[in-house]
Amino acid sequence: MALLDVTDLHVAFPRGKTGEVEALRGVNLTLEKGQRLGVVGESGAGKSMLAFAILNLIAEPGRVTQGSVTFDGQNLLELSERQIRRIRGNRISMIFQDPMVTLNPVLTIGKQMIETLKAHRSISTREARRLSIEKLNLVAIPSATSRMDAYPHELSGGLRQRVVIAIALLTDPELIIADEPTTALDVTIQAEIMSLILRLCRENDVALILITHDLGVVAEVTERLMIMYAGKCVETGRTRDIIDAPKHPYAVGLLKALPQNSAKGAKLYQIPGSMPPITNLPTGCPYHPRCDRATDECRATMPPLEHGVACFHPMHENGARDEAEAAT
Amino acid sequence: MTDHIKDPIVETRGLEVRFSLPTHFLSRQKPVLHALSGVDIQIQKGETFCVVGESGCGKTTLGRAIMGLLTPSSGEIYFRGARIDTMDEDERKSIRADMQMVFQNPYASLNPRRNVFQTLAEPIRHLLPEKSGADVRAQVEAVLDATGCDQSWQRKLPHEFSGGQRQRIAIARALVTNPAFIVADEPISALDVSIQAQILNLLNDLQDERGLTYMFITHDLSVVEHFGDRVAVMYLGQVMELATTDTIYRDPKHPYTQLLLDAIPRLEGGSFDAPREPGELPDPVNPPPGCPFAPRCPMAQDICRAERPRLRELETSGTMAACHFAE
Repeated sequence: MALLDVTDLHVAFPRGKTGEVEALRGVNLTLEKGQRLGVVGESGAGKSMLAFAILNLIAEPGRVTQGSVTFDGQNLLELSERQIRRIRGNRISMIFQDPMVTLNPVLTIGKQMIETLKAHRSISTREARRLSIEKLNLVAIPSATSRMDAYPHELSGGLRQRVVIAIALLTDPELIIADEPTTALDVTIQAEIMSLILRLCRENDVALILITHDLGVVAEVTERLMIMYAGKCVETGRTRDIIDAPKHPYAVGLLKALPQNSAKGAKLYQIPGSMPPITNLPTGCPYHPRCDRATDECRATMPPLEHGVACFHPMHENGARDEAEAAT
Repeated sequence: MTDHIKDPIVETRGLEVRFSLPTHFLSRQKPVLHALSGVDIQIQKGETFCVVGESGCGKTTLGRAIMGLLTPSSGEIYFRGARIDTMDEDERKSIRADMQMVFQNPYASLNPRRNVFQTLAEPIRHLLPEKSGADVRAQVEAVLDATGCDQSWQRKLPHEFSGGQRQRIAIARALVTNPAFIVADEPISALDVSIQAQILNLLNDLQDERGLTYMFITHDLSVVEHFGDRVAVMYLGQVMELATTDTIYRDPKHPYTQLLLDAIPRLEGGSFDAPREPGELPDPVNPPPGCPFAPRCPMAQDICRAERPRLRELETSGTMAACHFAE
């Protein structure tokens, strides 16, 4: 049985007096134990919404209108608040973008860690303290014991995010959901934090959902990849396969547009236009106004997700380039 | 390398910027933050000069000092051979039309109450008051065409545009006075991936058409590799390495540059597999006496902790590096 199974997940927000707009429009994903999945998309694609929906954290007035989130056999969307608290922050941990928002500024690091542990385990403060120091050491925080008495503002951005990771690991979770964990950090710190997350997931067989806009980070860290566009998954599969041979024209465009995939000084490939807002989606495939392969079929009908790609005219079908690609 | 540049369009000599921090009421110490400590750069006409580094390295301060948005504590800044850091506001106005800036966040840099025409007409009216109303309108129309903006945008307000469109408008505003030199401070980092390429292509095209000189401030080394002619790598207010882009990517000389390049996530994967030591930027209020990178540097010796290395030209490659051991 898969560790996490999300089926046909829809999230909607009210609009006007009676209307609704959908931020997630039918997302499926399966995650095995210890597997690392990257979720990539532009702002507004619905990737953070997916993370919140998995944890049943969609805030009013938004709501999950359809679908299920099965974690280890239980549908998280049907659990009571009491029941889900035994899972959220315990068996599923979260790491968010800005550590300064995640950490409580008026409590010491140690106090926050001990409280987290005691909320989920019936253990003594002494034991909680010992475990906390152990996790701070695990994330390579120098002089961990003395850092227990430090306040978040006394630490640098990189160290703060390490503390957040240490807190996420406290309860030995089976799944970590990391939403842009390094976007607020510098490149060298990003490399440190991502290699740390990668190592910890590997060594402890922890599954990871990594939400990011950075294809390079995804290539370094994840095994599976899901590309989202306008509230839908447009392509999913092995990270390596998608990066080497993307099928959906949007995925192709994203990869081609990267400066490292262009000759120096040459014009970069650019995807025309921008992603439509969810309040004003075109008919059919949401990508068709920007797509150079779009036909009348694309303008009329939303292509279903088949063989990992939601496109009527994908590239590299069955490993071979189709005629249109071969002709150019 | 410095010697090869004849008549640089912009030059700084020994540029220092210090900020006084609030004093603690029980303390007699006056803490001072050293944002720039002795920066010498020369930017050649028509090139794209990139400044890279992590937050707190002084790259934005350098751009703002050159633009006259803050006053240097010491050192000199030259534009086309004339010293500009000592100019008063009236004198400065005569060169402002020639040097303009594009900021990082187009959601913050455009006035939400001004429509696009007002935003674009303002710099002309202020800096080139001799222009007639018809000239202003013609210039606004021309710059909208040049930056790929639609003429119908003129009467619209910023909130009606997406991030990429706003950044086009911000670029149009920088170009409307026909400047020769543009400081672009992280112009694409607030934008979505699929929009970044659009803006980079626009900047490239405009440079080809108008012979612009760019000072491109960024933290993104993959953009620099594609876009830049020369790069200055900064750390804690100092230039650590300065070289042509090709040289620096092929053969980085400074250990900090090597660390930066090593931190770029690669599409091929595999470079994050090895554990990395936590690194810290030293406190800019109490910088270490020697090389600012010494506390993180794997090669650091006693001399690095005692004596600050000067930026010097290396014999082999023409690279300038501020490291005792670079060769």
